Amino acid sequence: MGSVFRKELLGFLSSLIGYLAIGVFLVLLGLILFVFPDTSLLSYNFATLDQLFEIAPWVFLILIPAITMGSLAEERQQRTLELLLTKPLTPLQIVLGKYFACVALSALAILPTFVYYYTVYELGSPKGNLDSGAIIGSYLGLLFLASIFCAIGMFASSLSQNQIVGFLLAALLCFLVHFGFQYLSNLPVFVGSLDNIVQKLGIEYHYRSISRGLILVPDIIYFLTVAGWFLFTTTLVLKKQRA
Amino acid sequence: MEIVLDKLSKTFGTQRAVDDVSFTAGVGITGFLGPNGAGKSTTMRMITGFLEPTSGSIQIDGKPAWPTNPEQRSMIGYLPEHNPLYTQMFIREYLGFIAGVHKLKQPKQAIERVVELVGLAPELGKQIGALSKGYRQRVGLAQALIHDPPILILDEPTSGLDPNQLSEIREVIRKMGESKVVLLSTHIMQEVQALCKRVLIINKGKLVADDPIERLQSRLAGEVIVHLNCQRSINASMINQIKGVERSVVNGNRARLSVNAKAEIRPILAQLCIDQNWGLLELRQEETSVEDAFQAITQQRITA
Ligand SMILES: Nc1ncnc2c1ncn2[C@@H]1O[C@H](COP(=O)(O)OP(=O)(O)O)[C@@H](O)[C@H]1O
Ligand SMILES: [Mg+2]
Repeated sequence: MGSVFRKELLGFLSSLIGYLAIGVFLVLLGLILFVFPDTSLLSYNFATLDQLFEIAPWVFLILIPAITMGSLAEERQQRTLELLLTKPLTPLQIVLGKYFACVALSALAILPTFVYYYTVYELGSPKGNLDSGAIIGSYLGLLFLASIFCAIGMFASSLSQNQIVGFLLAALLCFLVHFGFQYLSNLPVFVGSLDNIVQKLGIEYHYRSISRGLILVPDIIYFLTVAGWFLFTTTLVLKKQRA
Repeated sequence: MEIVLDKLSKTFGTQRAVDDVSFTAGVGITGFLGPNGAGKSTTMRMITGFLEPTSGSIQIDGKPAWPTNPEQRSMIGYLPEHNPLYTQMFIREYLGFIAGVHKLKQPKQAIERVVELVGLAPELGKQIGALSKGYRQRVGLAQALIHDPPILILDEPTSGLDPNQLSEIREVIRKMGESKVVLLSTHIMQEVQALCKRVLIINKGKLVADDPIERLQSRLAGEVIVHLNCQRSINASMINQIKGVERSVVNGNRARLSVNAKAEIRPILAQLCIDQNWGLLELRQEETSVEDAFQAITQQRITA
């Protein structure tokens, strides 16, 4: 698994996609936080990064599928999947190696946004007037979000040899799992506690919960379960290849 | 060390791509010959753990290859058809990756050994995408050989190479055949003649021949071709009277005779030339190539 992880991560960092991912994330969030008047916190006069965490899921919806779209689709297209599957590697090792590389790249994309944290920290009056605990929680939420999106993206990428299909399918699935249940729960058929259950099936509910700075076991279990399920299904797709 | 296939079959939908194939391959180079779509790659993919057999079994070193497992796969070096490679990687980086996948204890030495073996040194600093086809093929061989496996499965390793590259790659394969079980698929006949001690012929999924190379050649019963070249013009009707000559094309002082393989007419022909004072320059029987045997068998003029 280690060698697959290393190969993938180095692959990202020696190609455009790695820097594009990091750059796009930083620039897009920078524009939203500081430049676009509708969302800029300079026009709010509140020292907070709430906007960042509000918008990040939407940016991830594009960014993460762009990172994961090639991971298995390209191996299929270049026929290198045959090479990997006939080496002494299990499908799980291949999937996990690639998955952790995608998560690591996402984390690298999140990292530079600490600049924004620092900026807002300095801008505050009095200086440092922002809720650092909540922000750490929010960053953790982002990381969880990225991990779950990466798992979904890996699954999408395993289904075809076409990267575009991998991208679109990943974006669609991430959208549905993140926001879909939330919207669904607003349907009038779901009332009372049913409403609540449907809501809890979606990522958004748990993302908000973690971002509030409350690290709760059920939320962590939710993230691990959903990511694990998509990764497991991805290994099944690879195994089915042998039939 | 042996690979044993027993009644191996693979079905895709309704198509039997490999149909009841059984053979045993030991140390040395076994040629696996067949026209496109015959089932060569599918058979190799089942041996290497990429495709699961629909029925039948494969034993590698006495243990079943399916369900596939990493230990069995690590005994095999595999060069898939079309030699898939990560073109954006550098040679050293790529071989390092493969060495890591095999968890080699001394990856540096393994890379050096294999670079030397396949002759990659001159291009070692390059990106794989920038290599010529011949060097890419060497990279493909290098990744298959890096863990010094006892078994080598090579799926059309020389297709698309120019004659120089061809002979260099063949030299590497020949060397490997001295100590390893090598299964080499090809549709190039000369390759089989140049490299293999034994030939398996597969057609439409079925094994139609499993012979030492000499026997295969002699199985091509029927006709041999004899060429005659003289100083003076040859009398066609005299030639045609020789027992065993089926047809002849006489063109002045040259003749090309189709002769029953069982009849040895060369001494008679030589005597005739002397008697008639044609001034014999050349009398030669064409070697029967595996190509002829192959065509004869796959077109089912001869059955196995
Ligand atoms: N994955 C697959 N799905 C469906 N048919 C296949 C698949 N792989 C091979 N075939 C078919 O099986 C037959 C044998 O193919 P192959 O083993 O590649 O032949 P060869 O290597 O001898 O050219 C061909 O008719 C091919 O179209
Ligand atoms: Mg083939």
